[in-house]
Amino acid sequence: MRVRIDRDRCQGHGRCYSLAPELFQPDDIGDGVVVGDGVVTPGQEDAARRAALNCPEQAVVIEEEA
Amino acid sequence: MSEAVRPVADYATDFDHHGAEWVADPYPIIEDLRRRCPVAHTERYGGAWMPVRHEDVAAIAYDTEHFSSRTVVVGHTRPPRDIAPIGVAPPISSDPPFHHGARRVLLPAFSPQAIAKLEPGTRAFCEELVDGLEGRDVVDGAAEYAQHIPVRVIADMLGFPRQDADLFRRFVHDVLEGVNDPLEERFEKVQALFGYLEAQVEDHVAHPRDDLTSYLLEAEMDGERLTPRHVVGTMALLLLAGIDTTWSAIGASLWHLARTPADRERLVAEPELLPTAIEELLRAYAPVTMARLVKEDMTWKGCEMKADDWVLLSFPAANRDPEVFEDADEVVIDREVNRHAAFGLGPHRCLGSHLARMELRVALEAWLARFPDFSLADPDAVVWSPGQVRGPRRLPLAVHR
Ligand code: HEM
Ligand code: SF4
Repeated sequence: MRVRIDRDRCQGHGRCYSLAPELFQPDDIGDGVVVGDGVVTPGQEDAARRAALNCPEQAVVIEEEA
Repeated sequence: MSEAVRPVADYATDFDHHGAEWVADPYPIIEDLRRRCPVAHTERYGGAWMPVRHEDVAAIAYDTEHFSSRTVVVGHTRPPRDIAPIGVAPPISSDPPFHHGARRVLLPAFSPQAIAKLEPGTRAFCEELVDGLEGRDVVDGAAEYAQHIPVRVIADMLGFPRQDADLFRRFVHDVLEGVNDPLEERFEKVQALFGYLEAQVEDHVAHPRDDLTSYLLEAEMDGERLTPRHVVGTMALLLLAGIDTTWSAIGASLWHLARTPADRERLVAEPELLPTAIEELLRAYAPVTMARLVKEDMTWKGCEMKADDWVLLSFPAANRDPEVFEDADEVVIDREVNRHAAFGLGPHRCLGSHLARMELRVALEAWLARFPDFSLADPDAVVWSPGQVRGPRRLPLAVHR
């Protein structure tokens, strides 16, 4: 599993990096960016899904096969 | 004094967000509208629409082509068209292409990293407030606690004198709740705010310091300094947008916890649940409804909208939409899936959302640590604010020891 943020949709609500700080972090204006290459290790999957389900802009994208 | 609001016959065709039953509790009305019509209408305020579905609220928030933010507070007059795309209080009153740059200037000052630095000072202030309330049987959670917190935080950020706090609260009241005032009176009140801000700007020009006002005076957009009007408009926005919104959110949270012992006890026992609970309280009691102006005559989802009609963006209604939220009318403090829109959606997403969340969390932590057991002293004495920012303004709480 891999996560990515759709930059065109992200408006910096910050739900992703609050809920899954191991996968996302804020940039200098508070938009979400993926930590590292976005590969989700086993054990982080729930956090990844929670971030995606709570982003008000639906900007967190989960790619299941990666 | 505001003119009395004419009683509302039917909220589907004649709604008024200053109507008595709406102010007391809009949610049953919203649910009724959801069943009967997805978009309510009124001839009041020169014509206004109000969708209640999440899908429709989102569509309008994203659609800057057909809907303008030229002003976001519904009144009896519209500002002249030529103030777009800047508006009187950028970036909230701005449309593309100006909006993006005006917002970009402010974002670093409101990033999570910048806001984290304000947490210790905010906590110390909240603790000072609860210290002062200690030992009383009944305290007003809205007037004696919630309202003071955002006022102090934003005054410090802007570098305004702390002793002017009462004045800021009056400005907020006059501008946001005074939309039914006679026009001349309303104009004078707005002038008073801008006069105050201009004096602050002069003082900062003469004595620059490390605060948001000096930052704005130095800031550049597209390689040029912001105009004095832009700076003063943004200062007005920061002063107004941050105060009664956050005050409302803290107050509504205390109100909920006062009447829901199970939730209160759970948060006292599991303080780590607070961030999740705060998102749910923001969803269920979203304080802010914004507005847009229709740009040109058009048919929008079957509604015959006229140029300069208002459209109310009810984030509170969107947040209770059963299409998006399970058990939408229930407060579930550990709700895991919560894509709420209390801070808006799209390009105008609340710039202060990281600040507001910090204030809300610290305010509730400090309160619950000192007063774990409290209830409504008199449910009938609770008074809610009218208009587009909703929260308790009188909230007598019985504190049990
Ligand atoms: C719980 C408290 C708050 C709530 C519920 C709230 C809600 C909102 C909403 C719904 C919008 C969207 C406006 C639109 O779509 O037209 C907004 C915008 C804005 N808010 Fe907040 N707000 C809160 C606190 C604050 C604070 C503390 C500040 C900072 C001092 C602030 C500053 C702003 C600014 C500057 C904008 C305009 C952003 C833009 O137009 O790009 N807000 N807020
Ligand atoms: S939650 Fe969504 S909008 Fe917010 S920062 Fe993350 S990706 Fe961006």
